Amino acid sequence: MDSLLDPATAIEAVDRGLAEAGYIASRQISTAVFLAQRLDKPILVEGPAGVGKTELAKSIAAWQNITLIRMQCYEGLDEAKALYEWKYAKQLLYTQILKDKLGEVIGQTETLPAALAKLHDFGDIFFSKQFVEPRPLLQALEQKDGCVLLIDEVDKADAEFEAFLLEILSDYQITIPEIGRISAVTKPIVILTSNANRDLGDALKRRCIHLHIGFPEPRLEARIIETRVPGVATELRKKIVAFVHELRTLDLKKLPSVSETIDWARVLLLLHTSSLSTDVVRDTLNVLLKYEVDMETAIPQVSELIDKAERAFVPG
Amino acid sequence: MLSSQADQAPNDLLLRFFRAARGVGCRISPPEGMDAMQAVAAVGYSDKAALRDALLLTIAKTQEEKASLAEIFDVFFKSPDPRNLEEAAKEADESSDSQSGDDQGEGDAEGEGEADASQFGDLARMLMSGDRAGVQAAMTAAADAANLSQIRFFTQRGLFSSRILEMMGMARLEDDIAAQQAAGNQPQRLINARDGLREAVRDMVNDAITLYTREGTEALRNEILRNVPLNRLERQDVERTRKLVGEMARRLRDKYNKPRRKKNRGRLDTRKTIRRNASWGGIPFITVWKQKRIDKPKIVALCDVSGSVARVAEFLLLFLYSLNEAISDIHTYAFSGRLVDVSEILDNNAIDKAMQEVMKTVGYGSSDYGKSFQDFDDDFMGGVTNRTTVIILGDGRNNNLDPRTDILRNISERARRVIWLNPEPRFAWGTGDSEMPRYQPYCTFTRPCGTVRQLERVVVDLLEMDRH
Repeated sequence: MDSLLDPATAIEAVDRGLAEAGYIASRQISTAVFLAQRLDKPILVEGPAGVGKTELAKSIAAWQNITLIRMQCYEGLDEAKALYEWKYAKQLLYTQILKDKLGEVIGQTETLPAALAKLHDFGDIFFSKQFVEPRPLLQALEQKDGCVLLIDEVDKADAEFEAFLLEILSDYQITIPEIGRISAVTKPIVILTSNANRDLGDALKRRCIHLHIGFPEPRLEARIIETRVPGVATELRKKIVAFVHELRTLDLKKLPSVSETIDWARVLLLLHTSSLSTDVVRDTLNVLLKYEVDMETAIPQVSELIDKAERAFVPG
Repeated sequence: MLSSQADQAPNDLLLRFFRAARGVGCRISPPEGMDAMQAVAAVGYSDKAALRDALLLTIAKTQEEKASLAEIFDVFFKSPDPRNLEEAAKEADESSDSQSGDDQGEGDAEGEGEADASQFGDLARMLMSGDRAGVQAAMTAAADAANLSQIRFFTQRGLFSSRILEMMGMARLEDDIAAQQAAGNQPQRLINARDGLREAVRDMVNDAITLYTREGTEALRNEILRNVPLNRLERQDVERTRKLVGEMARRLRDKYNKPRRKKNRGRLDTRKTIRRNASWGGIPFITVWKQKRIDKPKIVALCDVSGSVARVAEFLLLFLYSLNEAISDIHTYAFSGRLVDVSEILDNNAIDKAMQEVMKTVGYGSSDYGKSFQDFDDDFMGGVTNRTTVIILGDGRNNNLDPRTDILRNISERARRVIWLNPEPRFAWGTGDSEMPRYQPYCTFTRPCGTVRQLERVVVDLLEMDRH
C-alpha cells in the first residue's frame, strides 16, 4: 500500500482490489483492511457462519497476489502443530553420526579437559534451524514476499493456544527456546476468524482490529450475488435478496447466510427459474434452511414472504 | 482564536472521547488507545464515516460495545468542535454574507437604540454581529477553561453552565442590556441573543453530562449495587445487576478456566521422555511424568425459590451458569413445596427466561424443606458422588415442618462437601421457624449471601477449593 495516498482514496483502492478478487466489501470491511495494512495489525473477524469471513482472507491474498497460509483451529491444537516441531528422527541420526565422528573431532588430545575444549569448539547443530520443521505460523513468518495468514475459527482452539498466538500477533515473531527469536522476513497480513463459540481472551482482542461482519444490507447482498452468480437476471436477483432478507426476520434456529443465498441463486439458475413462485421456493427452501424445525416454521409462511419480497424495494 | 485551538493536540479530543466511551462500558487499555489514535491519524478527521469506522474497529471489541460506541460517537461529534474547521469557516462565510443583508434590515427595523454598538462588551458585539463561528469558538474555549469534560454528576449542570457563561462575559452582557434599558431602549435582539446563548450553553452542558458523567456514576452505582441486599433490589436495577454479575462471572471464568494439572509421579510419559532426551541419543537423563488434570468443580445446586429467596436464587444461578467453562458439570434442582429437576430449562434458555419458566413450575409456594429433601432422596441422590459439591440455597425457614436432617446427613456423607448459602444475615439464623442451627452441623460450611459481593466471594471460594 502506498502510504502517501490519502485515506479516502486508499480505502477506495482496497474496495476495488477486493472487488476484483470477487469480494464485495462493505465500507467498514474495506476500512478494516486498510487500517490493518497501515497499522500492521491483525484483524479479528467475528460474525455468523457463512458471511464471508474466511473468504475475506482468500480475497486479500488473491488481490495482493501473495500466498495464503491457512491454519484451521480445533480443540487440542498445540504448539507442535501450529508453530514448529523438531525433526526427531533426523536429530537422532545426527547424534549417531556425531558418535562416529567423535574420534576424529577429539583427535589425539592427551587430557580430558583438552578433549572437552575441543568438543566445545565443535559447532553444535543439534538444536538448530536445520532440524526445525516449520508449521503454519512459522511458515508465515518465513515467506519472503509476505503472505496472508488465516487463523480460522480461533474460538475452536483451547484457551491456552491463544497464548501462543500473542507473540506472533503483536510482534510478528516466534521464540523457539533452543534457538532464539525468529522474526518475520516480511510482515504477514493476519486474519483471525471466530464464530463466537467461546469468548476470546482480552489479551488477544486487544492486539487486533475487531471487525464484525453481520448479514449484509440488501443492496450489498445483491451486488455479491451479481458477482458470484453472474447469470441471474436483475429482477430475480432483487427478489432473491428481498426474500432471504424477509426470511431472516423469522425466528429461526439458523438464519440463512450469504453463502446460502449464493447457493440458492445458483440452484434457481440451474432450474431456469424466472420468478419466485410458491412451489419453486418450497421445493428449494432446503438450500436456505438447514434444520427441520426451521423448515417447519418457514414453509407455511412462504407465500406471505414472497408477497413481502415482491413489495420490498432493493436498490441497485 | 480558532486556529490556536486547532493546534491543541487532537489527541486531547480523542482522550475525551475515550473517557466518554469508558462511560458506556468499553474498556480501553492504553495500547488500545494508542492504536485508536494511530488509526484516526491514518484516516483523518475529514470523513466522519471513516473516522467512526476506525474508532469502532479499534476500540470496540464486541458487538454490544460497537452499538453503544456508535451511539456515543454521534453525540460526541455532533457538538460543533473547533476541529471542524472547514465547517466553521464555511458557516462564518455564510453568516458574514447574510450579515451584510442583515445590517441593512437592522438599521430599518430597530434603528436608533442599538446603533452605537461600539459601547458594547465583546460578547454583545459578537452576538449582534451574528458571528456564529466566533460565538461557538468562545463557547468551546470557555468550556475548556471551565474543564467541562471533568463534569462528574448531573447535579453540576447549573454550576458548569453559569461558569461557562461567566467566562464568556455574561456579566458584561447583562450590564449592556441593563444600560440599554436604562437609556429607555428596548434591546429585544440582544435579549433574544442572550436567551439563545443560555440555551446553547445548557445544551452543551447536557451533552457533556451524557458523555462524561456515566463513567463516574456507573462506578458509584455498581459499588452500591454490590452491597444492596438482593431481595430488596429495585426493579429498574435488576437488569443492571445482571450485567454486573455477568461481568464478574466473566472475569472469574477467564481466571479459572485454565487447565489445572498435578504431577502424578509414578507413571512415566514414555513419548515425552524420549523426545526430551533425544539429544542424549535417547538415554533418559530427564524423566517426564504423566500429568493428571484436576477436576473442575462438579456442582449440584438445590435452590429454594419460594418468595424472597427467588431473587437470590436467580443471581446465584446466573453466576454459576455464566462460569460455563470453569465448571465441568452443574445440575440444578428448584423447590418450594416440592423439588424438581430444572437443569434442562437452565441449559436451554437465557437466565431471565429460564427463571420465569422455573417459577412457573415450582415457584412461590411456601417452602417445605423436609418434603423437598425427600424428593431429592427419592429421585436424584444417585447424582451425588464423592466428587460433587452440593450447594443449597435457602433461608432454612421450614414453616415448623419436619426438617428431615437425616436426609441432609446422607447427602453430606455422599458428597465431597455441602455448602449452605443463606440470604439472611447470620444473626437471623435460628430465629422463628429457621432451622439453620439443625442443618448447620451437616454442612461443610455455611455462608450468608444476600448481596452480590457475598455471592462473588462464595463463587471464588468454590473455584479455589479444588485447586490445591
